[in-house]
Amino acid sequence: MNLLEILSYGFIQRALLAGTLIALLCSVLGVFLVLRRLSLIGDGLAHVTFGSAAIALALKMYSVMSLLVSMPIVMLASLGILKLTEKGRLSGDAAIGLVSALGISAGIILASVGGGYNVDLLSYLFGNILSISREEVIIAGLLCLGVIVLLTLYYNELFAIAFSDELARTSGVRVSYINAILVLLTALSVVLAMKLVGIMLISSMLIVPAASALQLARGFKVCITLAAVQGCSSVIIGIVISILSNLPASASIVMVNLLFFAAAFLARRVIYPKNSN
Amino acid sequence: MSGEIVVKTDQLACCYREGRVLEDVSFQVERGDYVGIVGPNGSGKSSLVKSLLGLVDICDGTASLFGCRLADFGDWHKVGYLPQSLNLVNPVFPATVQETVGLGRLSLKSFPKRLNRDDTVKIDETLNELGIYDLKAKLVGELSGGQLQRVLLARAIVNDPELLVLDEPTAALDPETRERFYSMIADINRSRGVTILLVTHDSGAIGQYASKMLYLDKKILFYGSFEEFCLSPEMSSLFGEHSQHLMCHRH
Repeated sequence: MNLLEILSYGFIQRALLAGTLIALLCSVLGVFLVLRRLSLIGDGLAHVTFGSAAIALALKMYSVMSLLVSMPIVMLASLGILKLTEKGRLSGDAAIGLVSALGISAGIILASVGGGYNVDLLSYLFGNILSISREEVIIAGLLCLGVIVLLTLYYNELFAIAFSDELARTSGVRVSYINAILVLLTALSVVLAMKLVGIMLISSMLIVPAASALQLARGFKVCITLAAVQGCSSVIIGIVISILSNLPASASIVMVNLLFFAAAFLARRVIYPKNSN
Repeated sequence: MSGEIVVKTDQLACCYREGRVLEDVSFQVERGDYVGIVGPNGSGKSSLVKSLLGLVDICDGTASLFGCRLADFGDWHKVGYLPQSLNLVNPVFPATVQETVGLGRLSLKSFPKRLNRDDTVKIDETLNELGIYDLKAKLVGELSGGQLQRVLLARAIVNDPELLVLDEPTAALDPETRERFYSMIADINRSRGVTILLVTHDSGAIGQYASKMLYLDKKILFYGSFEEFCLSPEMSSLFGEHSQHLMCHRH
C-alpha cells in the first residue's frame, strides 16, 4: 500500500484532520501549562475523563454523546483543581493528585458496576483515532476553532500570567479569570485528545511538544509556533507509521513526539553549547 | 510639587493565611515624593507595598491610589512595579527582552489586549533610555542579575508611570551596579516627577536620594523627611550612635 492510497481512505483523512487539530490545541496550551508548572494537569484531567467515560458508558451513551457527557464533568474538575490550589492551602500538584484520584476511582467503581472493562472503555484508555466518526470530526473541528479563537483573543494575558502572576496582576490582568480560561480550554482539549491518544498518553500531547520547543525557541511566539509544528507533524507521521507498520496509532504518535524531543535536546547542545547546562 | 496625594493608607492592616503582618499603618505620599521604606527583616516592608498593589489582602483599614479606593482602582498604567525577587523569572522562560518589556504595555490595553506599532516604538525608546537596546533579542534567562534588573525596570517604566514601586530592587546587585541603579531611579524621580516608593535594607544608600523615610516594624515607627529622620531620636536608637554621620552625610 503506498502513501497516496493510504491517504485516499475516508477514515484516514478523518483521523489526520481531527488529529492535527487536536494536536495543535494541545501543543499550544502545553506551552502555557509547562511554563506555569501545571504540566501534570493533563494527567489529572485525563483520569477524570476516564471517570466521565465510565459514566457515559453506564448511561449507554457512545461516540459523540460520550464526548458531551465528559466535557462538562472534566471542565468542572479543572475549575475544582484551580479552586483547591487558590483556596485549599494545596500546591498545584497536590490538587491535581486529589482530583485525579477521584476521577480514576469513580471510573473503576462505575466500570465494575457496569459489567467490567469492555472494549469501549479500553478504547478510551489507549485511544483509537482511526475509528473517529464524521460527527466526532465535526464536533472536534468546531471545538478546536472555538479554542483557537479564545487562545488568540487572550494570548497576551496568557503570556503575562505564564511569565509572572504577580507582574500580570500589576498590569491589570485578571489573573483568576485568565487561569480559569486556561484550565477550561485544557479540559476541552483533554476530552478531545482522549480519542486521539487515549487517557494514558494525553499528558504527553501537552508536555512533549512544549518541552521540545523550549530547547530551541528564542522568543515566546517562536516557542508556540515550534510546539504547534511538532504536535501536528507528530500526528501525521505517527498515523502514517501506524498504518504502514500495523502499530497502534496513539503510541506511534507519542513515540514520534519523543523522537522530536530527543532531536531538539541534542540540537540545543550543538546550536547553543554555552547555554546547554 | 502639586501636593496631590498619590498614595494614602488609613489604619491599614494586611494579612496572610498565617496571620497579620502589619497593623494600623496610616501615611500618605504626595506627587513627586521619593519615599524610602526601611526596617528590619520581617518588618512588613514588602507586605506594605504589595498590599498597595492588591497583591496581599488588606484585612483592616483602607488604601487608595490617586484618590481612588484600591478595590475600585483600574488605572494600572499609572503604576510601575519592580518586584523583590529576580527568581520570579523562570530561567527557561523563552521570552525575549522585547517581549518581556512589552508585557508592561498590557495595562494600557482593553480587550483583546493587542500590542501595535506604537507599543514597539515605545518599547525601543525605553530600552534605549536604560542603555539595554542591544539586549532586545536576548532571552531573559540569559541575562546577568544587573541586566535582568534593568529589563524589569524597563517593563515597569514603559508606560511612563506616575508612581513607581520598587521592592528591594538592588538585593542581588554588586555595590557598583547598585549605586548606578539608585542614581537611575533618582534621575527618573527628578526629571519626570515620578513618585517613588522604594523598599530597601540599604538605609545608608537610600538616604542619599530619598526625600522621605518610612521606618517600619509591623507598624510605622517614623515617617517624615530625611532631614527630620536624621535629627530624630529614632535614628540613633534604630541604627546606633554613629549612624548619623554614616547615613545623613549626603554626597
